[in-house]
Amino acid sequence: MSTATHKLLKGATGDWEMVIGMEIHAQVTSNAKLFSGASTAFGGEPNSHVSLVDAAMPGMLPVINEECVRQAVRTGLGLNAKINLRSVFDRKNYFYPDSPQGYQISQYKSPVVGEGEVLVELDGGRSVTIGIERLHLEQDAGKLLHDRSPTMSNVDLNRCGVALMEIVSKPDIRDAEQAKAYVTKLRSILRYLGTCDGDMEKGSLRADVNVSVRKPGGPLGTRCEIKNMNSINFIGQAIEYEARRQIEIIEDGGEIEQETRLYDPNKGETRSMRSKEEAHDYRYFPDPDLLPLEFSQAFVDELKAELPELPDQKKTRFVADFGLSAYDASVLVAERESAVFYETVLDRLANRARDGKMAANWVINELFGRLNKEGRDIADSPVNAEQLAAIIDLIGEGTISGKIAKDLFEIVWQEGGDPRALVESRGMKQVTDLSAIEKVVDDIIAANPDKAAQVKDKPQSLGWFVGQVMKASGGKANPQSVNELLKAKLGV
Amino acid sequence: MTDLTSLTLAEARKGLADKTFTSLELTDAHLSAIEAARVLNAFVMETPDQARAMAREADGKIAKGDAGPLAGIPLGIKDLFATKGVRTTACSKILGNFVPTYESTVTSQLWRDGAVMLGKLNNDEFAMGSSNETSCFGPVGNPWRRDGSNATLVPGGSSGGSASAVAALLCMGATATDTGGSIRQPAAFTATVGIKPTYGRCSRWGIVAFASSLDQAGPIARSVRDAAMLLRSMAGHDPKDTTSVDIPVPDYEAAIGKSVKGMKIGIPREYRLDGMPAEIEKLWQSGADWLRSAGAELVEVSLPHTKYALPAYYIVAPAEASSNLARYDGVRYGLREQGRNIIELYENTRAEGFGAEVKRRVMIGTYVLSAGYYDAYYLRAQKVRTLIKKDFEDCFARGVDAILTPATPSAAFGIGEKGGADPVEMYLNDIFTVTVNMAGLPGIAVPAGKDAQGLPLGLQLIGRPFDEETLFSLGEVIEQAAGRFVPERWW
Repeated sequence: MSTATHKLLKGATGDWEMVIGMEIHAQVTSNAKLFSGASTAFGGEPNSHVSLVDAAMPGMLPVINEECVRQAVRTGLGLNAKINLRSVFDRKNYFYPDSPQGYQISQYKSPVVGEGEVLVELDGGRSVTIGIERLHLEQDAGKLLHDRSPTMSNVDLNRCGVALMEIVSKPDIRDAEQAKAYVTKLRSILRYLGTCDGDMEKGSLRADVNVSVRKPGGPLGTRCEIKNMNSINFIGQAIEYEARRQIEIIEDGGEIEQETRLYDPNKGETRSMRSKEEAHDYRYFPDPDLLPLEFSQAFVDELKAELPELPDQKKTRFVADFGLSAYDASVLVAERESAVFYETVLDRLANRARDGKMAANWVINELFGRLNKEGRDIADSPVNAEQLAAIIDLIGEGTISGKIAKDLFEIVWQEGGDPRALVESRGMKQVTDLSAIEKVVDDIIAANPDKAAQVKDKPQSLGWFVGQVMKASGGKANPQSVNELLKAKLGV
Repeated sequence: MTDLTSLTLAEARKGLADKTFTSLELTDAHLSAIEAARVLNAFVMETPDQARAMAREADGKIAKGDAGPLAGIPLGIKDLFATKGVRTTACSKILGNFVPTYESTVTSQLWRDGAVMLGKLNNDEFAMGSSNETSCFGPVGNPWRRDGSNATLVPGGSSGGSASAVAALLCMGATATDTGGSIRQPAAFTATVGIKPTYGRCSRWGIVAFASSLDQAGPIARSVRDAAMLLRSMAGHDPKDTTSVDIPVPDYEAAIGKSVKGMKIGIPREYRLDGMPAEIEKLWQSGADWLRSAGAELVEVSLPHTKYALPAYYIVAPAEASSNLARYDGVRYGLREQGRNIIELYENTRAEGFGAEVKRRVMIGTYVLSAGYYDAYYLRAQKVRTLIKKDFEDCFARGVDAILTPATPSAAFGIGEKGGADPVEMYLNDIFTVTVNMAGLPGIAVPAGKDAQGLPLGLQLIGRPFDEETLFSLGEVIEQAAGRFVPERWW
């Protein structure tokens, strides 16, 4: 569990510690729904992806989509969790028009995935391990539309029956930073695995956050659940607000009521949605339409063997193979797309061992920096991995300097083209021919006799000469050669 | 020409094959019989046009020598089976004029094999009842009456329409469903043959659900052979129902006439109830004697948890029903009674749409699943269920091939006679049949005699899982010994 120090909140009576647990609802990446053959495509006309089963027509029966089971098992493996070879689907009974069956098929007592853990990196090289309590499969609900008619509500069942994984953490999270980092890391793992696209704007990843406060090390307080958060930043804000609200109540002599709350990002506050008394009695019982979900260890092993390299493994490899700093490696592996881009650059390099680390610097500083500045995604980067690899090759082999490389990067960004050809056609090659550089050096010394005389007393003014020579050569002179020549000629 | 409606299915099959008559003639004869028997209220929807079209198609196929095993045979379909383009209501007001866009697996297999649909048959609302009195279309009359009486009796339930129609010669056979006895009890009340196959033998896809872990489709027919023929077409694995079992369906008809010599038949001592009518006792003894005469060995067996079966059933079945019936909410199809908000719409629709017995079971089911009661009721009932199942397993493990019991504790009773003050009085009808559903076993009811008032009585045979064949073999022995019973026409 947590070894990292975490943030405590100051109250009138001293410090308070937050205890946070999360339930993440992650939409399973699959073509068809969990128990029907209907499409899971996003954005169709209302009720265009609805089967007889989804609409709960009389006599319809659910049939498990095996791909969704595989995705859940893959995710469980990615969370280093126990895979349960036998699990049970239960009915969670409640009436609401977004749930045509009158119950949601979920897993209550026997989930498909049991305990696991996630390593979460924090700022400053700190990290914390968050326990996973369980992961289970369940059906998503439909959506009510209240804006189509002045007197009626409409219901769109396109999402109804889409598979969700509910990933429940242990109450191991201790502050908003950890909470945000946990969701970020979980999202990254899901995206690496390809089991959830992690698109929070489209609702593919939503979090319910349980927050309570206590005196550090003291007994647990009463928790409140903040429902349906779909932004990592809002999760952080909601936790801070909710914890302070609870502290204020307790310090004023009040008691926390266990309840479900919603976060209003416009007002920056949480407000009560329903109290414990209003909570539903879901009357869970095993769904008699479905046999227990059973599979063999061989099935699990097969999925395990096909599992892609996950961010933690990739990070370790980058540090070991290319000497990247742990921080740089973390930045590269955080998003699957970034890691893929970096690895594609590596694949194209002429000398990976020599230039792998330089490539990381270029991807992180030049490329990501530029993309961030323009608000662009790596998917539509104007400079592709092949072009970047060529630029790095040119530096590595000494054809251009780092400074020229930045100009070249800019040209490729703006105009595109093959970097090597551009260096040729635009005469950007570094000049290493000593006689050519010597001529320039001699000219500049001759033109500045006073300064040349001063150099012996003030060796730091040598830099001025270097600058002049580089300027005169259009930046193409090899800086090292220039330095050596000047030293020899000026006698320092 | 003899009245075509009096033939058994097997006889009709031969007549059709020999071109003695056509399916159209056979179908028309039944359609006329249905028209003349409307007082029985067995059919809630007649489909004469569809029937004739299907009959013509069957005749064409018979002529081409391309006939399926049930080609041209006119059948009635319990209104619990979804029939594409034909109103399907489960005899509940809440489904209103619901017309499915899909066909149940069981009925589609019957049509695949050439059968002809005459119409939809009455049943207790959502199959909840033992007398067919809970139907929103009103009660069904039993073609049998007490000697010298004009009082209309119930045909049993929930498949009352199916049993009545088959007994009254309105159709050659009918589909039915059985959750606690809904095939076997009405079969016994009408001197027809009804078999509830092993759970998982027939697909439940497209059958309006009552209690998913107990519901099973089966036929009601005029003879054991007819039942075997129908079940062969109805049974089979269906990928759309994951509780259906993927094992081959045998040629059940081949079991008819097969020797039962050496078979071990169990007589469960717990089924000998206090106050059981002497004629039921006598019938049971006759059944045992007939089987012994045919070479079977009779042994007393014990099924010690029998007395807990009915109470446990009335926890498990309503629990599942309360959840299965949640979909009838007035939002997407069927009846809708408006309200000022969604909760009122639910309340008004379900108050108006469900009958008293359905409401009672939904309430019981909701109660037993509620927080704080689940362990005491539902979980305990499931444990009882496991014990009941084990009783049977132990019995079969000792070499018993089948178990012989009475099908019902009494003969048919009058409309309005039972359950008015105490629903349990009605529930007791299923005392001999519910154990079979709780254990998922096959059970067949075969007519075996009459009581002192001239009403038919039936015997039940319970078999090993997926061993319907033994039940057909033994059932035919009883049928041969007891003879065939046809009601005198009064309608």
